[in-house]
Amino acid sequence: MATTTENKQQLLDNYRMMVLIRHFEERAAQLYTQAHIGGYCHLNIGEEATVVGALSTLGPKDIVFTAYRDHGHALALGSDPGAVMAELCGKATGVSKGRGGSMHLFDLEHRLYGGYGIVGGHLPLAVGAALAIQYREEDGVVMCIFGEGATNIGAFHEAMNMAKVYHLPVLFFCANNQYAMGSMPEEDSAVPEMWMKACAYDMAAERIDGMDFFSVREATRRAVERMRETREPMFLEAFTYRFRGHSMADAGRYRSQDEVREWQRRDPIQLLGRRLEEDGILDTRTREDIEKAVDEEVERATRFALESPSPETDDLYQYVYTEEDE
Amino acid sequence: MATKTYREALNDALREEMHRDQDVFIIGQDVGKFEGAYRVTQGLLSEFGPKRVKDAPISETAIVGAGIGAAMAGLRPVVEFMTINFTLVAMDQIVNHAAKIRYMFGGQVSVPLVMRTPGGGGQQLTAQHSQNLEHWFAHVPGLKVVAPVSPADAKGLLKMAIRDPDPVFVLENLALYNTKGEVPDEDYEIPLGSADVKREGKDISIFAHSRMVNVALRAAERLEDEEGISAEVVDLRSLRPLDTETILNSVRKTNRAMTVEEGWATFGVGGEIVSLLMDQAFDDLDAPVKRVGGEEVPMPYSKPLERAAIPSVDRVYDVALQVLA
Repeated sequence: MATTTENKQQLLDNYRMMVLIRHFEERAAQLYTQAHIGGYCHLNIGEEATVVGALSTLGPKDIVFTAYRDHGHALALGSDPGAVMAELCGKATGVSKGRGGSMHLFDLEHRLYGGYGIVGGHLPLAVGAALAIQYREEDGVVMCIFGEGATNIGAFHEAMNMAKVYHLPVLFFCANNQYAMGSMPEEDSAVPEMWMKACAYDMAAERIDGMDFFSVREATRRAVERMRETREPMFLEAFTYRFRGHSMADAGRYRSQDEVREWQRRDPIQLLGRRLEEDGILDTRTREDIEKAVDEEVERATRFALESPSPETDDLYQYVYTEEDE
Repeated sequence: MATKTYREALNDALREEMHRDQDVFIIGQDVGKFEGAYRVTQGLLSEFGPKRVKDAPISETAIVGAGIGAAMAGLRPVVEFMTINFTLVAMDQIVNHAAKIRYMFGGQVSVPLVMRTPGGGGQQLTAQHSQNLEHWFAHVPGLKVVAPVSPADAKGLLKMAIRDPDPVFVLENLALYNTKGEVPDEDYEIPLGSADVKREGKDISIFAHSRMVNVALRAAERLEDEEGISAEVVDLRSLRPLDTETILNSVRKTNRAMTVEEGWATFGVGGEIVSLLMDQAFDDLDAPVKRVGGEEVPMPYSKPLERAAIPSVDRVYDVALQVLA
């Protein structure tokens, strides 16, 4: 790994983003238990390396589709934490104007084309966005993020096949956190490793350590760079673990606390922090500064969300149809 | 004016819109080399090439999903479902994605998508290939649904659907493809959500859409010839938005009404019209409103059985007389 000055700053930024996501999610969990956030709320805690490692490789013309565990993805792409927290709280100032909530973040400016709530349902959409890129002969790529549970639904297979048949630059990025709610791949998948499914679609595929930022970033960077040349779809499986429940409403009876603790020993933020310390990029002082700055940022975001107004009920019908809004 | 078949009118609409807007492209099963299962896309592959007329695998979910994603990214996809029956395997994309994306993302993106497909029975295609499910889509906020009967309406409404910024479901009908009619030569506009009085009358209003408009028109002729009854036939043309004004104006004139639809009437289009009339034209009605729909069975294969299952001119005629009794 080259450690140029620029590289060091970038790595600190990546580390900072992972810490921000962790603290943001912990605060979101609190706000959920205090009933400021309703509905479903799925946290990225434990999976920060898959989020930041993957998204930090993208350029300004690339497009991202993801599923409902999407808070970290919005933050990593540059969405304002206040607008994301406001969306979780259902406020008019939220990224989706309070219409979407936790599962349906969208930020056109930062190329986040949505968090989606039907498992696997967004994969065909990602194929379509890549089709538009190909149609216009642009050089962007599409990253489509989903969990391992999504590899069992028909939309996954149709999207994978179509992406290959049309030669579209979609990076299918499977964040395998090992639990589709309470089911493990051993129980609901014909093959134990998700990358194997990509072989059926003649797609280059790789399994990577989803707890290790560098593993995720380097593999994703290689894939994205290769796709920029080949304009062919690729598949990555990041093997990771969620430290919290599937959603906030999850008693966790399907796994042992010992297992959770074992995985927490490979906390992706601590792993990256230690590595940066070893390389002399991060020291205790800097780490504390980052923690403090992130805490303040999350508090600002929380205050903004809580103080923001709810959408007007008079505007209930706004955004159903385009022409009525114009 | 030129005389065109319904099929040719649709083909012209696609061709003209593809010339007008480079972002318009067609995607569907066998729309290219095969030239469309029902030949609606005939000649378009050779004229526009494979980039703009895309043959797709048998993957309705991926086809319409790709259309949605491309529309979000600014293109104007026209998705062809070979028949309406195959929309059933793609309902999640249509209902959960196409219809909701603009709303649940706070208006940041629109989905200018056209989904066109034939419905209807009468071809002995049996239960899995002979259905009218257009009202399922008309049920969903965020979607628009049109169902033209004449070649001129088919061309005009398809062109308007392609130019519309939101997802539009265009219902065609297998038994209409070879029907002929006058089509204006120049560009013309039919606003989505506008019904059309296809036959003026003063004694009873018959509301119908798609092929059943033709059935209603023939019944109206018989009513005139045999009973001296003046029936007005209102072609809904659009199910969502619904042209409530034209519907109400007709009933305020005739004071009697009935509905005809090719699909099952239970929870259907006719029920929606009846509800509108109860709500806003109760005092204008001189008799209960009656509905005619397809018999409530899966479509049978046997020709006599199939014929018995689809609303006929005789049935519309008989029910009209009941409303007028």
